[in-house]
Amino acid sequence: MSTDKTLTARDVVAELRDGMTIGIGGWGPRRKPMSLVREILRSDLKDLTIVGYGGADMGMLCAANRVKKLIYGFVSLDFIPLEPFFRAAREAGAVEALELDEGMLHWGLRAAAMRLPFLPTRVGLGTDFLQNNPDMKTIASPYADGETLLALPAIKLDVALLHTHVADRRGNTRLYAPDPFFDEWIARAADRCFVSCETLVDEIASDENDAKYNLFERSLVNGVVEARGGAHPSSNVSLNDDSGYGWDVPHLKRYCEAAAEEGGWQKYADEFLGADEADYQKAVGGLDAITSLPRQVF
Amino acid sequence: MATTTEFSLAELLICACADVWKNDGEVLATGIGIIPRIAQGLAKRTHSPDLMITDGEAFLTEEPVVIGAKSHEGRAYAGYMPYSRVFDLLWHGRRHALVGPVQVDRWGQANIACIGDFAKPKRQMLGMRGFPGNSINHTNSMFVPNHSTRVFVDGQVDVVCSVGYRDENWPKGVKRDYAAVHQIVTNLCVLDFAGPDHAVRVVSLHPGVSFDEVQENTGFELIPVDGLGETAHPTEEQLDVIRSLDPRDFRARQIKDNPPGVRS
Repeated sequence: MSTDKTLTARDVVAELRDGMTIGIGGWGPRRKPMSLVREILRSDLKDLTIVGYGGADMGMLCAANRVKKLIYGFVSLDFIPLEPFFRAAREAGAVEALELDEGMLHWGLRAAAMRLPFLPTRVGLGTDFLQNNPDMKTIASPYADGETLLALPAIKLDVALLHTHVADRRGNTRLYAPDPFFDEWIARAADRCFVSCETLVDEIASDENDAKYNLFERSLVNGVVEARGGAHPSSNVSLNDDSGYGWDVPHLKRYCEAAAEEGGWQKYADEFLGADEADYQKAVGGLDAITSLPRQVF
Repeated sequence: MATTTEFSLAELLICACADVWKNDGEVLATGIGIIPRIAQGLAKRTHSPDLMITDGEAFLTEEPVVIGAKSHEGRAYAGYMPYSRVFDLLWHGRRHALVGPVQVDRWGQANIACIGDFAKPKRQMLGMRGFPGNSINHTNSMFVPNHSTRVFVDGQVDVVCSVGYRDENWPKGVKRDYAAVHQIVTNLCVLDFAGPDHAVRVVSLHPGVSFDEVQENTGFELIPVDGLGETAHPTEEQLDVIRSLDPRDFRARQIKDNPPGVRS
């Protein structure tokens, strides 16, 4: 028998420890593994370093004081350009920050993925990046050009958390998003990777065209969690099956308003978080309401 | 070409913004915000048909998408441009972005990251986002709809997010060849960095605006180009294209009170 990697969200969080570095897939308000993030919020994990193209995942973890450090290309909800809980945490000096250019973040993940100490780049030079991050070093090209480059250190992750459309028990996945973003590199940069999905099947056995949507191989995947609607309130658009949905504008607005209220986060958590995902989905109007959210048009 | 006096400031700015891509050939044009986005479509539909543009998400389109569309129906895609490929492309240099800075200085350096100390900012803004990578790899232009000394600061911007022409900010041996600030289109004028030692020049004034007014609202010294004239008025053809790209008139809500293009 092949390995069955099926887990629950609670099983995944039981594998996490205080102080870990956790990479989270998706991009801003898109395809975030929010059911796994919510399970972290229900736990007492703390002092985490969170890495990614952040949205409400980073905002909520900051709001709940679970974050020691953020490593990010941005923390944004797109239609709300600045994540308000992230902003509050930064302005309070409550979290350490490694603020990277968006392309730089994927470069650091690639270095970790290839088990290299760093990768060279020009990006960041000529800006205040070096001044804001005095640990960063430059390196001279050993070839005739002698060019000075930034030696961007590998961004090594203990754990990656991703959300996909389909997964099977062995850890094969399908990612049908218009843009897969950098989930592959988050998976490769991590010692262990846990994937939540809209649909979990025993065995994916598709045609070649569909197999091209397998963006990282199952040897990278340590656990799969079925989580229909699990990206909510972020979106999970699908171009290839009917599992997709848009992000939840009213819910995200309600969440952002909480950042302006005294004790707003606690009120939000009390109202929505619940004891498990079923509780959460009930509090936000039910699974059907989530999965019928229309896709955003740009 | 026929010109008209019946146009809004937003429409004048869209035309001026479109012109930043003139003669660029086959590059990815990326306009951030409503006016720059309409402008990239206008450029492609008029003087620069070889430009590559996206649908605002992950796909290349040869027919600019309509602003504020309610569905994806009828869209046709020519290519694929997910963010991983955007970085591949822009590090290769075939791109010209039109971006919206919060602060800009006399060296063309821009800030969108934060105000105050980085460790504990007075005001966290967007972060560096793509500015470091864009600015060291390809030509950039900027759009500033609120020309003032708060944007065009005296001295250096609070956080240098995009590279500019200040020599002391460049470590020895760093390759500067690919960095260029082309133009800044504001609600008052068009600027460039083609003066002596990249000094900032006023290239054209919008109708009814004086050089002195621009200078008063700028925190550093400006040079008028020889024979400084007026920014070109939109033609009927350009206005037709703008209306087709923005049929629901989102452009009317971009500048406070939607003023006319010719100031009285």
